[in-house]
Amino acid sequence: MAKAATPKRRSSPKLKKDEALKYYRDMVLIRRFEERAGQLYGMGKIAGFCHLYIGQEAVVTGMQACLKEGDQVITGYRDHGHMLACDMDPRGVMAELTGRAGGYSRGKGGSMHMFSREKNFFGGHGIVGAQVPIGTGLAFSNKYLGKDNVCLAYFGDGAANQGQVYEAFNMASLWELPVIYVIENNMYAMGTSVERHASETELYKRGISFEIAGEEVDGMDVYAVKKAGEKAVKHARSGRGPYILEMKTYRYRGHSMSDPAKYRKREEVDDIRSHNDPIDGLKEQIVAQNIASEEDLKAIDKEIRAIVKDAADFSLESPEPDPAELWTDVLLPVEA
Amino acid sequence: MAVDILMPALSPTMEEGTLAKWLKGEGDKVEAGDVIAEIETDKATMEVEAVDEGTLAKILIPEGTEGVKVNAVIAVLTEDGEDASAVSAPAESDVEKVTPVAEPEVLEAQAAADAPAAPALTNPDIPEGTTFTKTVLRDALRDAMAEEMRRDETVFVMGEEVAEYQGAYKVTRELLQEFGPRRVVDTPITEHGFAGLGVGAAFGGLRPIVEFMTFNFAMQAIDQIINSAAKTLYMSGGQMGCPIVFRGPNAAASRVGAQHSQDYAAWYGHVPGLKVVAPWDAGSAKALLKSAIRDPNPVVFLEHELLYGLEYDVPDLEDYTLPIGKAAVIRKGTDVTLVGYSRMVGFAMDAAEQLAAEGISAEVIDLRSIRPLDMDTIVQSAMKTNRLVTAEEGWKHMGVGGEIDAGGPEQGLDSLDAPRMRVPQNEVPLPYAGNLEDMSLPNAGDIVAAAKAVCEGM
Repeated sequence: MAKAATPKRRSSPKLKKDEALKYYRDMVLIRRFEERAGQLYGMGKIAGFCHLYIGQEAVVTGMQACLKEGDQVITGYRDHGHMLACDMDPRGVMAELTGRAGGYSRGKGGSMHMFSREKNFFGGHGIVGAQVPIGTGLAFSNKYLGKDNVCLAYFGDGAANQGQVYEAFNMASLWELPVIYVIENNMYAMGTSVERHASETELYKRGISFEIAGEEVDGMDVYAVKKAGEKAVKHARSGRGPYILEMKTYRYRGHSMSDPAKYRKREEVDDIRSHNDPIDGLKEQIVAQNIASEEDLKAIDKEIRAIVKDAADFSLESPEPDPAELWTDVLLPVEA
Repeated sequence: MAVDILMPALSPTMEEGTLAKWLKGEGDKVEAGDVIAEIETDKATMEVEAVDEGTLAKILIPEGTEGVKVNAVIAVLTEDGEDASAVSAPAESDVEKVTPVAEPEVLEAQAAADAPAAPALTNPDIPEGTTFTKTVLRDALRDAMAEEMRRDETVFVMGEEVAEYQGAYKVTRELLQEFGPRRVVDTPITEHGFAGLGVGAAFGGLRPIVEFMTFNFAMQAIDQIINSAAKTLYMSGGQMGCPIVFRGPNAAASRVGAQHSQDYAAWYGHVPGLKVVAPWDAGSAKALLKSAIRDPNPVVFLEHELLYGLEYDVPDLEDYTLPIGKAAVIRKGTDVTLVGYSRMVGFAMDAAEQLAAEGISAEVIDLRSIRPLDMDTIVQSAMKTNRLVTAEEGWKHMGVGGEIDAGGPEQGLDSLDAPRMRVPQNEVPLPYAGNLEDMSLPNAGDIVAAAKAVCEGM
């Protein structure tokens, strides 16, 4: 059995109301959205591969809070949470999951391949680890163009074993590129626990031989994520090169929808859910500090349910792509 | 006993060089390891070290001599105590050996260009009265990059040894001096990583030129080229264009063995979302590379090491570009159509010349682009000549020639009254041994034989 992120004493800062409620809202949106996506998958409305983010919500929510206009985000295939955190429209994301014309890629990308230039979300990449050099290239473009923007390149503990990750680490450090590598260590690379797939399980140390600083973060605590994220972003933005954050987190669902998760015990999942859930944890702090009442939070929950229902309805009502779309977007026209 | 000092080969493709300077004089003592001379190749100036010790008895090739063939005797060394005056003057045949002789391929190109009966139409779209400058392919490619880098600040070049070393094959020579290290970026040896980094830079608003030292090494990066560069525009519903050029030498070099000698035209030509260019002469290569850099799509640009040092006429036209996806009829003929790309075009031109001497009039098409493939130009020519021979350095199985052949029914090729023939590399990994390598690679003779076969009974 894998040793999952153990419950820790949460960071207990004095919460600011707007901020705390925004994090709560953002995390609840991701949770409810993903639950609905799972349901639609079960109904046969979403096909192919679908990797849910449930349990990991604090990571993207906390990291996004560290960014400013023009900063880029890129990740692998467990990407729905990242898109919602980037403020992409839940309707467009859900409609892409159902393969409809109203989706972000007009139905041509699906769960693993979605993008929004407008929101600086650069995908959504289906090949494990491929987003890491690409994200490093986005950081290269920031530096080349003299912008002070940074790129967040997310990847999982499984991708942390891909060779191209280290090729990217080397160049990022060598050229002091403004990129933050966020390793979402959810303890399992598909069905293989981190102890079984990694010779060095403390993944934040993986940058040592490239002189990239790294730290371990409680990825189930949005405030801990934000605190570490701010430090890392400041480091990269000030021209000091890349930074590694290893988020200790956990996914409650299987690797993908077809994963029965036989490689871990039900009790392990239940233990994390009941003692270390990122949403429950924040909720407790909000109520304890009298920032909002249970009733106030229920009102937010209700509002989120409506947003998710609207997105689901839209994703089912949106038509399939026009047959003519088969042939579009293969190549861009050459300007005369 | 006197020892002959021979003109050394300083690279796999070197056939001759200039004996730039003698650093030792006749009568000087020489230790093994002493630098005795400097030799210039088309890529670099290299020092020649003595292998044996003794006295430099006689210099046979004076400094400043150009076109000294590899293995020609350039000096004679005597052992201590030996009488230097006993060394005889070189035989007449040795002197002949060092007479500057153009490489066979240069002759071939020139023969095609000079033939009055069938003028080479290397770039048929160039206006009449245009003047030309003789330029070697590698410099024409460099000029294309330099012109585009001057024109567009977002264009930069990255790859192994592109900057300080001035390019492994000297294609990026002097770019660092003009554009500096921000825009001419030496990478670690990390093809998968820097190809992906280039893709990200393209997504981020830049126009990267990614040089692979050879396309053999791009196999390490092929996931990023195909899964990331070629497919993302489609997968993003048109949001994420990837304006990037992957370029470098493709196909066989000379005696470098199977892992360093492979034609990737068919591999990349298979992929929607990529454009694939494989030029022959320096003029069209320059014009096509400029178009590739400006193209909003990923372009795989396949060069040929064995052509880098060859001189071609490059038109003195400002900002001359050619459209990607358009083939060119570069020699008119009536009996058979010869189609090739990259180095095979030179062989096809040579074959056409040989065929003309036997009364067969061959039309030669330089494909220039593998994807899009200009079937219209091929069909138009083949409908006229009724016979078709395709030549490629790749293997026949699933190859470019097969794709052209298969264009038959839909494209009108099925009305041909003679079988088409393909001239490919033999279906083996490219051997190292010189004789086996020669046997494996297609050449002008193979094209002539195929053309005669399809013309039989004409």
